[in-house]
Amino acid sequence: MARVRLIQAINQALHEEMARDDRVTVIGEDVRISLFGDTRGLLEAYGPERVLDAPLSESLLSGMTVGAAATGLRPVLHLMYGNFLYTAWDAIANQAAKLRYMTGGQFALPLVFMAIFGGGRSQGAQHSDSMHSMLVNLGGLKVVMPATPADAKGLMKASIRDNNPVVFLQSAGRGGEAGEVPDGDWIVPLGVADVKLPGSDVNVIAIGAMVRLALRAAEAMAKEGVSVEVVDPRTLRPLDSPTLLKSVRKTGRVVVIDEGRLSCGMASEISAIVAEEAFDALKAPIRRVASFDVPIPFSPALESQVLPTESRLIDAIRSTL
Amino acid sequence: METTATQTLAEWYRRMLLIRAVEVRLGKASRTGELPGPVHLSVGQEATAVGVASCMRPGDWAASTHRGHGHFLALGGDPKSLVAEIYGRATGACGGKGGSMHVADLSHGMLGANGIVGAGIGLAAGAALTAKQRHTGGIAIAFFGDGGANEGILFEAMNLSAIWSLPLLFICENNGWSEFVRTESLTAGQISRRAEAFGIPESQVDGNDVLAVHEAATEAAERARAGLGPTFLEMMTYRTEGHVESETTFLPGSYRPEAEVESWRRRDPIDQLASKLSNLGLDEDALRQMQDEVAQEADSAFEFARESPMPDPATAMTDVFEEDPS
Repeated sequence: MARVRLIQAINQALHEEMARDDRVTVIGEDVRISLFGDTRGLLEAYGPERVLDAPLSESLLSGMTVGAAATGLRPVLHLMYGNFLYTAWDAIANQAAKLRYMTGGQFALPLVFMAIFGGGRSQGAQHSDSMHSMLVNLGGLKVVMPATPADAKGLMKASIRDNNPVVFLQSAGRGGEAGEVPDGDWIVPLGVADVKLPGSDVNVIAIGAMVRLALRAAEAMAKEGVSVEVVDPRTLRPLDSPTLLKSVRKTGRVVVIDEGRLSCGMASEISAIVAEEAFDALKAPIRRVASFDVPIPFSPALESQVLPTESRLIDAIRSTL
Repeated sequence: METTATQTLAEWYRRMLLIRAVEVRLGKASRTGELPGPVHLSVGQEATAVGVASCMRPGDWAASTHRGHGHFLALGGDPKSLVAEIYGRATGACGGKGGSMHVADLSHGMLGANGIVGAGIGLAAGAALTAKQRHTGGIAIAFFGDGGANEGILFEAMNLSAIWSLPLLFICENNGWSEFVRTESLTAGQISRRAEAFGIPESQVDGNDVLAVHEAATEAAERARAGLGPTFLEMMTYRTEGHVESETTFLPGSYRPEAEVESWRRRDPIDQLASKLSNLGLDEDALRQMQDEVAQEADSAFEFARESPMPDPATAMTDVFEEDPS
């Protein structure tokens, strides 16, 4: 067990998987120097054929990643910011998410699209989106959103080994967060939720960067004598509904917090699952806390109005009691 | 001509006949309402498909377009599985999940027809990257049309394949019409010349002359296999059928002069090859025999498709993900 930052945990995962399998190839803008640090040192360790600095051509790069995966590589395309997925969207939505299905299972597409996402750092609306619910809605992608260094490492390794297209989204503001990461070949399987904090009164289902916020809110509520259970789905497809529902049934009160926008977002989806599957266990209406339905603003004074906050979450928790 | 044996030409002739026979029947089935979805025929363009495929070896890859039946068959795909797929049957190449615009056969290096214009260019670039990185000696073919030549992904791919020296062939099948609009009115300059700016060797080729296509494609393939990077070939051809077979049901009238279509019919690639074969000494009977055999093969493919079962409804939920990790 060693204490590492989240971005280092991803870096370790990439190093280990590139060492394990010489088909793993990292492609993207500035991946050799590495803007965020997640791909640092890969060039020196694995050479220029497997660590490719690419031109700014997202629609080609995403399509090329699909074609390379279909023909024998295991590419990892670093798209930098989540919003850049939009310029790569055709190959994500029309090729990666559909080719295996449309061809009756002929394709295996072992690829990872990775990017940082989300707001909170005054990056402006075009660098701050959380687009995971759109990705889940495409119907043919796995979507991974780790909240801790241990999950980031274990999920990245599992994503690279998966024979399907995986979108790995790292919360932009959380790269520097340190945490314990188990030694050895640490794998977190896709589709397994994690109870980050056991509790008995209210269940908070939190995704990505919202996990830390939920843990802080739980701490505050504990001082008021309210026991909050925090559950992190970790992957949105596959979604570990049984674990989420088990936690909901335990408390009968649920708040879902997500950095994505409210309308048609992941908080809405999880709320619907809870309403359909565990309505009988509910003691209070389900509450959603999400970004409001506007672009993410630049000024810190405005951005904090739009993104979910601890106080909005605490209000929502209180409203279920 | 001297270097290509008569037998090889006869094989190409048979393959082109097969594409034509299957597509003519598909057109008829579409117009009579027998097919569930749209079909885009490549009638008149068979020489580009067969001529380009002739430069390919096992392990090479080709990504096709929405007009992909010809590529599927040129690469060696089974007409039965093609036609059954277009009929939406369980025995189709994709189990009925793809249809005309998504026929694929990975066992023959066919990365699929594609419903998104230009998207095959990205897939082919990826296959070329695999070939280069794994040192397979293989190449990848990107088929696209004159309409697709105006998609941004082409410019991105020309740039990247040039700087990375990818073993990639850009094959633009210029049939003169982007759906229902004359390509000239939508497209600045000569399409192949665009490659010049990226330092990619380019040329225009008579796309209705299978031998010319073969020679140009073979030279490009040799360059690619030798690590010298991509080549851009603009195949000048024409689709003598519509953009989509159902177009007569929704278009107000004809969008192209009959004389133009007729002039291209006189340059039919299959007739041209038949003349060459006659000059090489193949008699009428031999040609007739091939035509009869191919007609029979096409008929039996349709019989197979019509008699095949519809897919099991449960399969609508399968083939999304491969479950076993590496």
